[in-house]
Amino acid sequence: MRHYFGRKLLIYGLTFFVAVTVNWMIPRFMPGDPVASMLARARVSQPEALEAMRAYYTNLFGLDEPLWRQYLNFWAALLQGDFGISVWVFPTPVATVILGAVPYTLGLMIPAVLLSWVVGNRLGAFAARRKLLDNTVLPVGYLLTATPYMWIAVILAWGLGVVAGIFPVAGGYGFSLRPTWSLEFIGSLLLHWALPFASLFLVALGGWAIGMRNMIIYELESDYSNYLAALGAPQRLIRRYAFRNAVLPQITGLALQLGVLVAGALVTEIVFSYPGLGSLILKAIQNQDFFLLQGTFLFIVLGVLIANFIIDIVYVVVDPRTRAGMAGAAA
Amino acid sequence: MTVIDTALPQSATSVRREALYFAFRNVKLLIGLGVILVLLAIGIFGPLLVAGTPNAYSGLPMQPPSSQYWLGTNTFGQDIWVQFVYGLRTTFIVGVLGGGLAAIIGMAVGFLAGYRGGLVDEILNMLTNVILVLPTLAVLLIINAYLGIRSVGVQALFIGLTSWPWAARAIRAQTFSLRTREFVDLARLSGVRTPKIILREIAPNMSSYLFMTFILLFGGSILIASSLDFIGLGPTEGVSLGLMLQNAHQWSALHLGLWWWFVPPGAGITAIVGALYVANVGLDEVFNPKLRDS
Repeated sequence: MRHYFGRKLLIYGLTFFVAVTVNWMIPRFMPGDPVASMLARARVSQPEALEAMRAYYTNLFGLDEPLWRQYLNFWAALLQGDFGISVWVFPTPVATVILGAVPYTLGLMIPAVLLSWVVGNRLGAFAARRKLLDNTVLPVGYLLTATPYMWIAVILAWGLGVVAGIFPVAGGYGFSLRPTWSLEFIGSLLLHWALPFASLFLVALGGWAIGMRNMIIYELESDYSNYLAALGAPQRLIRRYAFRNAVLPQITGLALQLGVLVAGALVTEIVFSYPGLGSLILKAIQNQDFFLLQGTFLFIVLGVLIANFIIDIVYVVVDPRTRAGMAGAAA
Repeated sequence: MTVIDTALPQSATSVRREALYFAFRNVKLLIGLGVILVLLAIGIFGPLLVAGTPNAYSGLPMQPPSSQYWLGTNTFGQDIWVQFVYGLRTTFIVGVLGGGLAAIIGMAVGFLAGYRGGLVDEILNMLTNVILVLPTLAVLLIINAYLGIRSVGVQALFIGLTSWPWAARAIRAQTFSLRTREFVDLARLSGVRTPKIILREIAPNMSSYLFMTFILLFGGSILIASSLDFIGLGPTEGVSLGLMLQNAHQWSALHLGLWWWFVPPGAGITAIVGALYVANVGLDEVFNPKLRDS
């Protein structure tokens, strides 16, 4: 088990290292002068401000120092939680801007990921034993997985928001409200949350249902199922064993899908102008705010790595083989 | 020798004939292929038949679908049908290039890691896992935003370079089980070099699997490309289905009630990718006798 976690930790550490390095390299080795282009984009008219910004950027990029020092400085600043200062909302530190957006993204992602996984697995397991259900779940599932996240979001916003007028189609809460812990605000928050959540939930649902259906059918045809059936075990018991075995690959699948799901959340947020990391990325790109872009990128990488690590721990808890020391399976 | 020489091609053709026989009886494969072929035909021949370029201002703005403008016009008076036709072409190109590149890298890494094993496997596996854990879209975003070169080719290149890891993993696992078979041992004992063994002995034995991997990567590339386009990192010239969606959203087609602006591009993407997936299931049933409905 120590071997298992050691290997996983190594990969996560390496991934984070690669991500940070890519993040550091891009403004330095790509063609063009980042400082000049940022100054041009910031559209500051006063010469003193311009000079101050140039000095600030040059200092922040540390372009006057040797490359290896720049690289170490980047890490040092990062480990202190210093992501630089946003160009888009100028004097605010990037870390502050990001922390303001993270709760919205997490509030959207966590329920959507977990619920679609649980419901999708149930649905898939159910479909595996009823022909009629199978014939509906399968095509609908394929259609849903093939749908781009933003398109389903746009369709939902149009149908339930604009035409039916049930849900608001933009923002994280009512325009007339300020974030407080009042009932009115929480109600508004939930109303604005419903559509982005639904679109994320729906697209992810199809894949899990199909995956589970295929796994259950595979398990029900395997030797142990046939053996149990030959022994006269009740169908319910066989299905329970099949489900338990089929869920394991689905947990690995959850870890693999995480990056895709994050991407889905980002574009969905953009459709609904939901004030999370996705909208922040859009703003950063539109305003050429590279510090903000870098900051959100690192934050997303960190989030995905942490989530993956949690899934690994869950996997160990659920699968006895990993607990028994992966020594034999290490090959 | 002569017996084997004549027997082999015969059995190969009979296998092929059997696969064809089941392919023509497989409803999923036929439906999926049919949808793809129709859309592909529109993408290839459509631009030759429609008048004007996709971004030309061809008529009154905000016209609903009619006999003159099959899918109506947008707020700029651009013909949405013309844009759709050109967009389909772009979408297919991104899918083929991105998916193809990802398939090639995935196969190279998977075969090498699976066949050589040992240290090569360790290193390649580590690389695969690192890229697997990185959120691809975030990487694409940051590189795309910095580079500023926005063309279909560059987009496909980046998608191809980042979406191969799961394919590599799957192919590696398959290669593992194949490399201990007798015919591979025989080839190795007779001194055949590694690349030749992989190309001649191992790859043909999982060709159906490789083809299906390519189909899935093809669909995945289209979805990723549409997300990038939607965020505003699409090609700056021409039009794609993702760009159409982005424009529709940006110019509030939702609130203006211009459903003919945002429904066709999304439906087009869903139809292509969905048809690919369904055809893939059909292919699986054709190649894998266990899965056939009795």
